[in-house]
Amino acid sequence: MKRRTGTTLIGLTLLVTGVLSSARAAPQQGGSITVSYKDDVTTLDPAVGYDYQNWPMEKMVFDALLDYVPGGTTLTPRLAAKMPEVSKDGKTYTFTLRTGVKFHNGRTMTASDVKYSLERVLDPKTKSPGQSFYTGIAGAQAFVDGKAKAVSGITVLAPDKVRITLDAPNAAFLNIMAMNFAFIVPKEAVAKAGADFGHQPVGTGPFTLKSWVSGQQLEFARNPNYFIKGMPHLDGVTVKVGLDPSVAYLSLQRGEIDLLGDGIPPAQFLQVTRDPKLKANVFSKTSVNTTYLTLNTGIKPLNDVRVRQAINMAINKTKILRIINGRGELAKSVLPPLMPGYDKAEAGYVYDPAKAKALLAAAGMKSGFETTLYTTSTDPNPRIAQSIQQDLAQIGVKVQLKSLAQSSVIDAAGTPKTAAMVWSGGLAWTQDYPDPSDFYWPILSCKSAVQGGWNWPFVCDKALDARADKADRMVAPAQQTARLKEYASIFAAMNKQAVWVPVFHEVRYTMKSDRLVGSVDDLLDPTHFINYERLSVK
Amino acid sequence: MLTFSASRVLQSLGVLLIASLMTFSLIFLLPADPARLVAGPSASVQTVGSIRRELGLDRPFAAQYALYLGHLLQGDLGRSYKQQTGVRELIASRVWATFQLMLGAIFLELLLGLPLGIWAALRRGRWPDRLVMGFAFLGASAPQFWLGLSLVYLLAYGLNLFPLGGYGGLSHLFLPALTLGLGGAGWYARVIRSSLLDVLSRDYVRTARAKGLSGSRVVVRHALRNAVSPIVSMIGLDIGVFMGGVVVVESVFGWPGLGRLVWDAIRVVDIPVIVGVVIFSALIITLANLLADLVQLLIDPRIRYS
Amino acid sequence: MAWRRFSRDKAALTGLMLCTLIVLAALLAPWLAPHDPNFQFPDGLSLDGAPQPPGRAFLLGTDLLGRDLLSRLLWGARASLLVGLIANGIAVVIGVLVGALGGLARGVVGTLIMRFTDVMMAFPVLLLAIALTAILRPSLWIVTLVIALLNWVAVARVVYAQVVSLREREFVEAAQAVGASGSRILRRHVLPHLLPTALVWGSLGIGTTVLLEATLSFLGVGVQPPTPSWGGIINESQSYLTTAPWLVLCPGAAILLTSLGFNLLGEGLRDALDPHGRG
Repeated sequence: MKRRTGTTLIGLTLLVTGVLSSARAAPQQGGSITVSYKDDVTTLDPAVGYDYQNWPMEKMVFDALLDYVPGGTTLTPRLAAKMPEVSKDGKTYTFTLRTGVKFHNGRTMTASDVKYSLERVLDPKTKSPGQSFYTGIAGAQAFVDGKAKAVSGITVLAPDKVRITLDAPNAAFLNIMAMNFAFIVPKEAVAKAGADFGHQPVGTGPFTLKSWVSGQQLEFARNPNYFIKGMPHLDGVTVKVGLDPSVAYLSLQRGEIDLLGDGIPPAQFLQVTRDPKLKANVFSKTSVNTTYLTLNTGIKPLNDVRVRQAINMAINKTKILRIINGRGELAKSVLPPLMPGYDKAEAGYVYDPAKAKALLAAAGMKSGFETTLYTTSTDPNPRIAQSIQQDLAQIGVKVQLKSLAQSSVIDAAGTPKTAAMVWSGGLAWTQDYPDPSDFYWPILSCKSAVQGGWNWPFVCDKALDARADKADRMVAPAQQTARLKEYASIFAAMNKQAVWVPVFHEVRYTMKSDRLVGSVDDLLDPTHFINYERLSVK
Repeated sequence: MLTFSASRVLQSLGVLLIASLMTFSLIFLLPADPARLVAGPSASVQTVGSIRRELGLDRPFAAQYALYLGHLLQGDLGRSYKQQTGVRELIASRVWATFQLMLGAIFLELLLGLPLGIWAALRRGRWPDRLVMGFAFLGASAPQFWLGLSLVYLLAYGLNLFPLGGYGGLSHLFLPALTLGLGGAGWYARVIRSSLLDVLSRDYVRTARAKGLSGSRVVVRHALRNAVSPIVSMIGLDIGVFMGGVVVVESVFGWPGLGRLVWDAIRVVDIPVIVGVVIFSALIITLANLLADLVQLLIDPRIRYS
Repeated sequence: MAWRRFSRDKAALTGLMLCTLIVLAALLAPWLAPHDPNFQFPDGLSLDGAPQPPGRAFLLGTDLLGRDLLSRLLWGARASLLVGLIANGIAVVIGVLVGALGGLARGVVGTLIMRFTDVMMAFPVLLLAIALTAILRPSLWIVTLVIALLNWVAVARVVYAQVVSLREREFVEAAQAVGASGSRILRRHVLPHLLPTALVWGSLGIGTTVLLEATLSFLGVGVQPPTPSWGGIINESQSYLTTAPWLVLCPGAAILLTSLGFNLLGEGLRDALDPHGRG
């Protein structure tokens, strides 16, 4: 009910802005804003930095060949002049670049920069977390293993033309080419900065990094030669770090901060939502993320699907949503609603402790059993784990909590037969790119069900793997509907195995100052997070 | 004095060596894979393996430690796993903020502790004495994180006298410095009080008082000089206490110093940063104590060191 | 004699009273607590997830999971005291033994032992404790052990100084002259003299230990949930400081009073047992 009002409101706002925009001029040029974060920015090297905080800042400094339309999941050319030509077998992509695009150091970008940037991500010396996204390019594995000096599958055809050949067709390849890892970097700037490139980034993007004081702030300035005319609107963006979210919230009210990078802190969240005056500057959107509880299929009695289903029915998700002040959407399946392939008809497991008890009894566990639950020790995760603990106690399952540092949780969860249950809060799965395969291979496939992997239930269904593999070879535009349908059916089969308890999809809330002009799509973009180039001030 | 300093310096080097060995081996007990933390969730197992090799984490303990020591001798503390920069640069960028905080805390300790201690000693056994002693006990018993949060709630949020946190000028510095130094202020007051009482009970002071010299002049002449030496050594010890305290205080107030740096590093198992800050802290503590000893030696030649 | 001095010391008596109250609260928690400390009451949270302020149903209000704060505070005394007593007990035993050995063993062994305590003194103790407990998987026992391993140094140094002065005394020299064994000297002549020191530190140290445990729990590396612990309650609720201050103020006051109680008691004991050694 509450959500519906929310949607209607957003609908209304859209309508109003739509009517107004015809009368209103283009966004004002100039001015600068200040954004706050609690944690220091780790790096702006697009091959390395990969978290919600540095992701949008990297997008300020760099560009990829492809991007998404603002607020959406449709691909659009960026440094490429047009969408690439794809061969019939779906293995060869030919990109034509925009001409005359200049790096911040003044040099013109060419096709060899594309080759260099991709090889840099693959090079083990770069230590890029994104390396494995690109090992599907022909000859990439040999390059990674040091057996080849260059990647044979990347060919520079002309200064503005580059061809990429894959080992096998991959429907998600263009999404991968739009990730930050595929940002184009100039070789000479990387060579000059050495290992400090992450602190002295040089790209083609709408902003340049002007200064960086560790633990305090980063300053970005407008790139006057940006290749998209009229972009960006702002002259500068200051990112302040080390600000506790509640401090940032009050600074925003005093006009010292324009945007809360970490969102609205829990305590103030209640004030904000209860105060109609503040509400106008508050924006929210469900992120493409699922926060879940994993049930390890390699540990007794969780190897029994009935026990796993019983646990699915015993957990009161509404209560958990209340603990997080309603900042989530109740999850029914692995896939989040905004992910292509999401099945609206999926009902999931409904909260029903009585039925859960019956299922346990049917599995021969009438008197319950004892098990352990791992959680990261940052609030609110231990609280949610305690709520789950009480829910499971109602059906006779005695849970011992292990609230540990994030690193220890990851280690235990990724070791076979160690962590029976893991609450994923703080480590929840968020899309790398908007394609359902990203919710399958890294977290639910056989190849990820290994030591150190992210498949924490250690589920391995070879038949489903084969189906997903087949679906990923459907690259022709005409096959896309059929492909998404196949993925929906794969996830439906996965839901039946109940290896996860999907609990909620996070709803991100943010708050801006009165002077900052930006829509919900600019402030909570599904792939950019914050789309700085589209923001302006009044 | 020269041999004394030389032996102390040697001893300090030993401390640093043991400090590095202890922290380094500690990290080897930890049930976590730093390579996975560098790689993040989206990296495949193969990528994690290749990052592990690049970081040298697949080598045996002795080899890694020897390599680290070799670099350490050249003043190189290695590179952070998470932040793409050198540990030395990270520490250098944070040390000033922590230094300011400690300086502020020591200043407040003296500002509060000195007058309170003198007051208590001059009014021994009467209500000011009891008040000061009560303050000293409360200060020693209050948990710093709670003190910090309460000060924020009362003075910054309630009365709006100070900023809620963050880095900045004196107004930003006041509350975190007070939180860090309040416990010590009580301690200073107690030491000064007993040091004064000691002097006041000596024969020559009694004589001076009997001769009619005013109380305050007696205090200034004899008693305070007597208290300088313990205060200097206390400041030395304070640095050691503060090195731990800043972890809590900086995390409560969002102060961008070494404490936050190391706490953030602990949470993501950024080993080079953790080891680097611990070694650096040990170095600072040793230096502070050494300096305090030397200053004492200068102002009070009666002290003899073997 | 000592008791008479102690009973005239008002501060020490206050300390004794506070300690007795806290110990009673811990022991009688099952009968004193109005509710189950771990039960999450459905009406303990408002519909949008806000905790209940102090009132009739929940005397001190509820925490962020809808649990009764008063009950959690009473049960939390157990964790604090348990860690305080055990960790400090271990620290005092290690400290007395190491200090006595260092003082009695002349030559290389004694020097080595005391140099080691020098090294430990130059260590940022809290920093090390935080790193240790965060890295080792935290539990009540890890916390206890870590605190004990860090706190013995101070005791050892005090005891060492005392033993060095003892060994120059006639009775020890006499015992050595008649050829008594080292362990016999330690047992018969030295340890009894160290009893007051152990008692004083046994009390003073608890104050420090309780603070250290609370700090570790506050940083989320201490006692595991759902076991109530004072520092842990503050850790969970610190972001609600401005809207639910009682969740931070009440457990903080409990920590303060406990630590204060043991500090006053310890100082009182020191004064009573050794009237000349005023610090």
